[in-house]
Amino acid sequence: MHETSHIVQVTSVRDETATVHTLEFDDSTMAAALPGQFAMVWVPGIGEIPMSVMVADGGRAAFTVRRHGEATTGLYNLGPGEMMGVRGPYGNSFDIRAGRLLLVGGGTGLVPLMRLISRAPPDADITLVMGARTRPEVFFADTARALLRPRPHCIVVCTDDGSYGRPGLATDAAADELSGGAFDAVYACGPEIMMYKVMRLAQDAGVFAQASVERIMKCGTGICGSCCMGRELVCGDGTVFEAGRLLANPDFGVRYRTKSGEVAYY
Amino acid sequence: MESSLEAQVGPLRLERPTVLASGILGISVEIFGRLHGAGAGAIVSKSISVEPRDGYPGPTVVPLGGGGWINAVGLSNPGAAAFAGMIRDNRTVPIIVSLVGSAPEEFSSMVERFEGCHIAGYEINLSCPHVDDVGLEVGDDPELVSRVVRATKSAASVPVFAKVGLGRSDYLDTVSAAIDAGADGITAINTVQALAIDIEAQRPKLSNGIGGLSGIPIGTIAQRCVAQIHSQFDIPIMGCGGVSTWEDAVALVLAGASAVQLGSALGYGSPDRVFADVNDGIARYMERKGVRSVREMVGRALA
Repeated sequence: MHETSHIVQVTSVRDETATVHTLEFDDSTMAAALPGQFAMVWVPGIGEIPMSVMVADGGRAAFTVRRHGEATTGLYNLGPGEMMGVRGPYGNSFDIRAGRLLLVGGGTGLVPLMRLISRAPPDADITLVMGARTRPEVFFADTARALLRPRPHCIVVCTDDGSYGRPGLATDAAADELSGGAFDAVYACGPEIMMYKVMRLAQDAGVFAQASVERIMKCGTGICGSCCMGRELVCGDGTVFEAGRLLANPDFGVRYRTKSGEVAYY
Repeated sequence: MESSLEAQVGPLRLERPTVLASGILGISVEIFGRLHGAGAGAIVSKSISVEPRDGYPGPTVVPLGGGGWINAVGLSNPGAAAFAGMIRDNRTVPIIVSLVGSAPEEFSSMVERFEGCHIAGYEINLSCPHVDDVGLEVGDDPELVSRVVRATKSAASVPVFAKVGLGRSDYLDTVSAAIDAGADGITAINTVQALAIDIEAQRPKLSNGIGGLSGIPIGTIAQRCVAQIHSQFDIPIMGCGGVSTWEDAVALVLAGASAVQLGSALGYGSPDRVFADVNDGIARYMERKGVRSVREMVGRALA
């Protein structure tokens, strides 16, 4: 899957929050991406960043981006008809189990979980815990409702400041869910400290768990090493890892590499 | 008959003849250990400069299809002091530290930073094709090459290799200057300066525009350069460029390389398999040809 990048056109842009856009585009390659796989997305003249592939209707795919740095702001600012380059999809994907599934996501980390929902077995019973800092930062609630409607499900929205839904951290809600019922699998994506706690909770509960990890990526294909996490390359060995492997990794939840390769701590 | 994959590159002895090329898989000692365990005879680090560098904005590394890649990463690295700290506890992996800079004093000061670290050698980057004032711009100036190699040699207690590439001047002059200044070996070649344009976006695929071409398309250029150096100089060579299979590796050895570096091959093979696969292929070839050591094959195609 290392063919050269190709240019796609943004077909529509949706406001998720004041700083988050979902950009849809027609592309059969990305529409076929598995939950957890990512694309390297090129905003010509501005930058290139890894983006998890978001669900969209029909043969379309989407990226959901929060404007933050130069490249994400460039992507956020793209309008309908404008061009971006995509290559991939790269990386592995979630091992989607049957039965009762607990999904825990925060912010744009919800993207691969939305895709996971769309690919889960029809009779899987899904509990989705969505975390945000404040009410205006909650997004994908409607998207999740629409995706989950045909199946047994439960949605728990949490805000850190208590301005909407359940007050407190997503990890607290996840802990309650895990202590309240028998789950067959747990999947997490979001801030690394959150994922670390969720993996720890799942392991303590003896439940199969995976998380999709984020690191700085330049090549996406196992060449540059920017995304190293201990002995793992997040792009090629992940982005999805099982809890046991993550919790045994000295970097997971602790430290990451900056653009220069210097070590920084969470 | 027992054949050995041991390779001798001048004063540098390697248990296996395949080496990770500079710039690939970065600066993580854990990853280096994994690759060494998976068959790499040594690891060349990303090029290290005195101060940390973030590198260029993306895209910095782009696949071109056909096993070709173009990159202009911009020499991102954590700087000599931070990197020395990262590798200080390493005792098992033969790490060759790649150094980049523009003045001789930078090289000697970086070598001093690595005092006490367990390293197998240094490789002086005289051939990065996409950053001003360093790399090829040093390599294109034989007088400066001579001073840089001399400064590194006088500070270093381990073998020093000079990595050359195709710049504006005759690269053989760079080789000659490096040898005269005391280099223990030559690494040839670096990526080849190139430009790839996206016709839909109507702009270069890399943020920097110009980059370095690597992978399968440059394999035969590397064979040519290694053969030229081998025939004109009495100096051990680490061959580098376009090696993705054991056949490519054997070809570079037959052209004159004492060991072979792999880089872009990591982009299309598993990091846990690439080195072992190439090593196994070389071993089977040696068995079939009745060759007992890698050394016997060096330059044989042009002898």
